Amino acid sequence: MKEFKGNVLFLDRSDINTDEIIPARYLTEIEKIALKPHLLEDLKLDGFDPKKDIAAKSIVVTRENFGCGSSREHAPWALEVNGIHVVIAVSFARIFRQNMFNCGMPAIELPENEINDMFDLFSNDLTHISVDVEKEEIIVRSESHIKKTGFRMSSFDKALIQTGGWVGYADQHY
Amino acid sequence: MGKTIAEKIFEMHLVDEPFGDVSVLRLDRVFCHEITTPTAIQDLMERGKDRVFDPDKIKVVIDHVSPAKDSKTALQGKILREWARRNGIQDFFDIGRNGVCHALFPEKGFVRPGFTIIMGDSHTCTHGAFGAFAAGVGTTDLEVGILKGVCAFKSPQTYKIEIIGTLGKGVFAKDIILKVIQELTVNGATNRVIEFRGNIVDGMSMDQRMTLCNMAVEAGATCGICLPDMTTVDYLWEFIQDQYHTKKEALDAFAEFRSDDDAAYEITRTIDVSDLEPLTTYGYKPDNVKPVSEMKGTRIDQVYIGSCTNGRLEDLRIAAKVLEGHIISDHVRGIVSPATPKIYAEAMEEGLLKIFMDAGFCVTNPTCGACLGMSNGVLAAGEVAASTTNRNFNGRMGKGGMVHLMSPATAAASAIKGEISNSGLYTGN
Ligand code: SF4
Repeated sequence: MKEFKGNVLFLDRSDINTDEIIPARYLTEIEKIALKPHLLEDLKLDGFDPKKDIAAKSIVVTRENFGCGSSREHAPWALEVNGIHVVIAVSFARIFRQNMFNCGMPAIELPENEINDMFDLFSNDLTHISVDVEKEEIIVRSESHIKKTGFRMSSFDKALIQTGGWVGYADQHY
Repeated sequence: MGKTIAEKIFEMHLVDEPFGDVSVLRLDRVFCHEITTPTAIQDLMERGKDRVFDPDKIKVVIDHVSPAKDSKTALQGKILREWARRNGIQDFFDIGRNGVCHALFPEKGFVRPGFTIIMGDSHTCTHGAFGAFAAGVGTTDLEVGILKGVCAFKSPQTYKIEIIGTLGKGVFAKDIILKVIQELTVNGATNRVIEFRGNIVDGMSMDQRMTLCNMAVEAGATCGICLPDMTTVDYLWEFIQDQYHTKKEALDAFAEFRSDDDAAYEITRTIDVSDLEPLTTYGYKPDNVKPVSEMKGTRIDQVYIGSCTNGRLEDLRIAAKVLEGHIISDHVRGIVSPATPKIYAEAMEEGLLKIFMDAGFCVTNPTCGACLGMSNGVLAAGEVAASTTNRNFNGRMGKGGMVHLMSPATAAASAIKGEISNSGLYTGN
């Protein structure tokens, strides 16, 4: 099981699509690591600089419908090779969400008001999150605030995290 | 309580229900292309599991970048080609016989009512036009599909969208689906199946139904689906005539996959398209939709007619009808890509390609090409395209480019004008 804690990259927008997460021009890469410098390269978000803002971040917090569009698993891979193993959002596009769990990485949904709170309280400061998948609990921490939040994760999704993803799970069961 | 078509397909393919809320389904088809499959192949090789669950159920094409544009895309093709050979996959479509996956596979008769289909491609929902449950998946799901012939899905909650009324001249399936996406929004149908019903859908050809289902994912849906009927039987007849004595017999067999009258839907919505105008998109989301009349005058640099949405024969016929006798604007680059070799050949025989060429279009071989901004017509920063494709995301057809989605008729008319414009088919001119 991967580590699910670290500094937070806040992406204050809904409907961030997989073309923005990793543009199609990099889909010719066969090695995942080659995606590393291109994560969020085409993201339309004022003030966002992928070169600076991604460094040393391990968790993305964002709004609605994250990962819509193309089915490319290159999107979670581009996050993964940058050390980002968790995305927390109000909602996800189906394929992206499944791709995350299939890679053994949690895509966690929280109610809109919780996400709003996180943005309001934390997004201006360096923020650290740790996720406890077993306890279904998130702890968010900055210099000035601390917040504990519960979340729900289905048993199937948990099983995927624990076996490291869908290939491992399917191989055991089918 | 009756069942929807999706529920029926799920029941017939159920392998396991781990933890109750997830259905692991047996797959009838696993489709593969060269962008998302090579990584799955490599992973299988690294795991020492370089094998496939059933070579007859796996269909493979090189379509996204064809011919290869550089060494990297050549390598993707090579990995796919060698894997298909090694594993005895007969239906592998290499350059010369290849076309856009979601146009080619139906045309080859690989899709049937009641099938479960996955592909590492979000527009796999296109195949729902035949009454199949067809879903786009990522590379890991694809990998497991290839190896085990199964895939996991949540229960298929369904939205019933009834398209009714009488469709005006010059208004097409593309305009209808843009309307549906505008109403549902880009995530309005996430994790849902959209069942397209109503007299308009009943009257549609398979080409039109494929345009409709193709963009279901643009509203977040897992699959768009139409109920199989005589139109479906007619389309498939050349492939199924050995199985059934008559078309009626085939129709009766397919009736098994029609939703029951008392099936339960999460939402039922009726859209009357009698007053629908041709539509186009603005901005970077497919639910940013406006009437063409409100966007008219928007200057464009390139027109692209093709893709899994609108690169089929009917689409080319409509565009050619608009273009015939006209020359496209000086400042517009027109590109048309018939979606498969068969469509290409038919368009040639019907004289459509000549019309495109006389109008000043470049006719390319069948490929995804410009649709995803990888080859064959990538936009420069600041350029604007009028396109019959399905995504207007930022950078989709080239970094810094803007894409307006529209029907082939509107795209052809816009090419002539040099700016977004309604076609004479709609305005009656
Ligand atoms: S034509 Fe475009 S949308 Fe369709 S499969 Fe190809 S790249 Fe995807």
